[in-house]
Amino acid sequence: MSDTQQSMNPLLSVSNLRLTFNTGYGGWLGNRRHVHAVDGVSFDVQRGGVLGIVGESSCGKSSVAKSILNIHPPTSGQIIFDGEDLVRLNTRAWRDMRREIQYVFQDPLGALDPRMTVLAQVIEPLIIHSIGSSDEQTKQAHELLEAVGLLAESHSKYPHELSGGQRQRVVLARALILKPRLLICDEPVSALDVSIQAQVIQLLEELKTSFDLTIMFISHDLSLVRYFCDTIVVMYLGRIVESGSIEEVFTNPQHPYTQALISSIPVPEPGHKRDAIILQGEPPSPFNPPTGCHFHPRCGWQKTLCRSVYPDLDAVGQDGQLVACHVVHGRKLDP
Amino acid sequence: MNEHRNTADRKTWRDYLTVMPPSILISAIWIVFIVAVAVLADVIAPYDYKHMDLLDRLRPPIWMENGVWSHLFGTDDLGRDVLSRIIFSIRISLFVALLGTFIGAVLGTTLGFAAAHFRGRVDDLIMILIDFQAALPFLILALAVLAFFENSFLLFVLVMGIYGWERYARIVRGLALSASSTGYAVAVRVLGASPARVYLRHILPNVASAIIVNMTLNFPETILVETSLSFLGLGIQPPLTSLGNMVGFGRDYLLTAWWIVVLPSIVIFITSLAFSLLGDWLRDVLDPTLRGN
Repeated sequence: MSDTQQSMNPLLSVSNLRLTFNTGYGGWLGNRRHVHAVDGVSFDVQRGGVLGIVGESSCGKSSVAKSILNIHPPTSGQIIFDGEDLVRLNTRAWRDMRREIQYVFQDPLGALDPRMTVLAQVIEPLIIHSIGSSDEQTKQAHELLEAVGLLAESHSKYPHELSGGQRQRVVLARALILKPRLLICDEPVSALDVSIQAQVIQLLEELKTSFDLTIMFISHDLSLVRYFCDTIVVMYLGRIVESGSIEEVFTNPQHPYTQALISSIPVPEPGHKRDAIILQGEPPSPFNPPTGCHFHPRCGWQKTLCRSVYPDLDAVGQDGQLVACHVVHGRKLDP
Repeated sequence: MNEHRNTADRKTWRDYLTVMPPSILISAIWIVFIVAVAVLADVIAPYDYKHMDLLDRLRPPIWMENGVWSHLFGTDDLGRDVLSRIIFSIRISLFVALLGTFIGAVLGTTLGFAAAHFRGRVDDLIMILIDFQAALPFLILALAVLAFFENSFLLFVLVMGIYGWERYARIVRGLALSASSTGYAVAVRVLGASPARVYLRHILPNVASAIIVNMTLNFPETILVETSLSFLGLGIQPPLTSLGNMVGFGRDYLLTAWWIVVLPSIVIFITSLAFSLLGDWLRDVLDPTLRGN
């Protein structure tokens, strides 16, 4: 019962999101080409939940995050955050909304201003939103930096004087000082060593509880997503191919692409024989996606229908698992 | 926090001083000397630059026959003291070059930021202006503007300000674009900062070293353009004097009284060279990719 109530009122609800980039030679002359970075994506993020978005590079998972944050304003679609459509917000309203939605970057060194001390960067969000007096701001920043595990001696350092893990902690502190409700983490640990990754993930878990966060977690590391998230969205070339709860998708993947991804997760067990499904070929260019199902050139199941009609994302089973595959849905495949 | 930053800066400046090669040290000393002369012109000049003595015309410098101690560098065709005129010319030329460089830097940086921020048509338009400015010989543009409108000191300084703005714009646009596409600028924007804050508080300090280097490289060129225009008679107008103006009006006497032309020319040459050397060296020192070599 509480489950259905929750799903009635998600914190973030994205529907039919599209993001198209015009590229080409630019200027007034020259051909314009369009890239559908995100092509009709819909999903919900439940309050207090952790949604994982996975997929290969350039599948559009970061573009989804950047659309939600209005870094790349979406071409069309709806993004409802707590009852408000973010797409319709004007610039000023967006600036206030930034307090609610924060972003953790993949590259923490790039995300930090090289000419500002750690402390100054963590205080800055408070200055931008004029929260508290100068003393309170400093005090709050010190507290938060300690909460993310940075000792007082590193507060006056510059980003280049810190290690990768420490920098990511600074980025986290800067994102959390505004007490946001939604935290979007774009590959937050992929630039870090494995041992540091575990520390940062552990920290994220602690912060999730203490700050009552809802998290969107973008990653290509499936074991990490399995560990950290409770729902998952699998993207391929700008579209969702499968989504559902972590247990459902990992124990019973339906889409051939998801199956290939999950079969490729290393199993930490000596002598374990893997039956990894090795995908043939490269992901196709987003400039020129294949007709029909985008996955068909690499799919072992492909049929005539797959080459001409893109499959809709339809429910499989009772637990809200969605799959976009003609074969799974048992459609009439050959004429 | 500020203290920390200051000590860090001081340390790096001391580092710079220890690695200064001799030619750079000499250039720096010359620049300090020239600036001191410009600032103290009223005090150190033996005569007023307009003071004429028609009975004592075309007197050679002290080291030549007929030289006198009262006119160390001799006098010109109107009996004005060449040393005093050089001292005041340094003041005017440096002032024009400094103001022109500053205007160019502000104009170029602003347009560069505008291009990077608005993209699209604004970017296209500014890039076309940059290409236009880079393709058109500046002297012709300046001559046209100065000949068409009535020449005044203010207009002349503004024309000097237009010189070289396109290089600032191009550098700043590139750096701002790279910052705002991936790095800290996006981060600050996501925190809710206004574009003004992003550009002035974050991007500007990070591109400042590139702007400063370009200013030191632009400065001697501005001096040369100023002297060229003044030589052609479209720059600083008499009775005001500038280094180029002296060279221009002295050229009729090049064969009989060479010092009127040659002495200010030497000042122009050494000053431009000193600024160029210093700018080149600064570029190497401030470029992080070359640091540590």
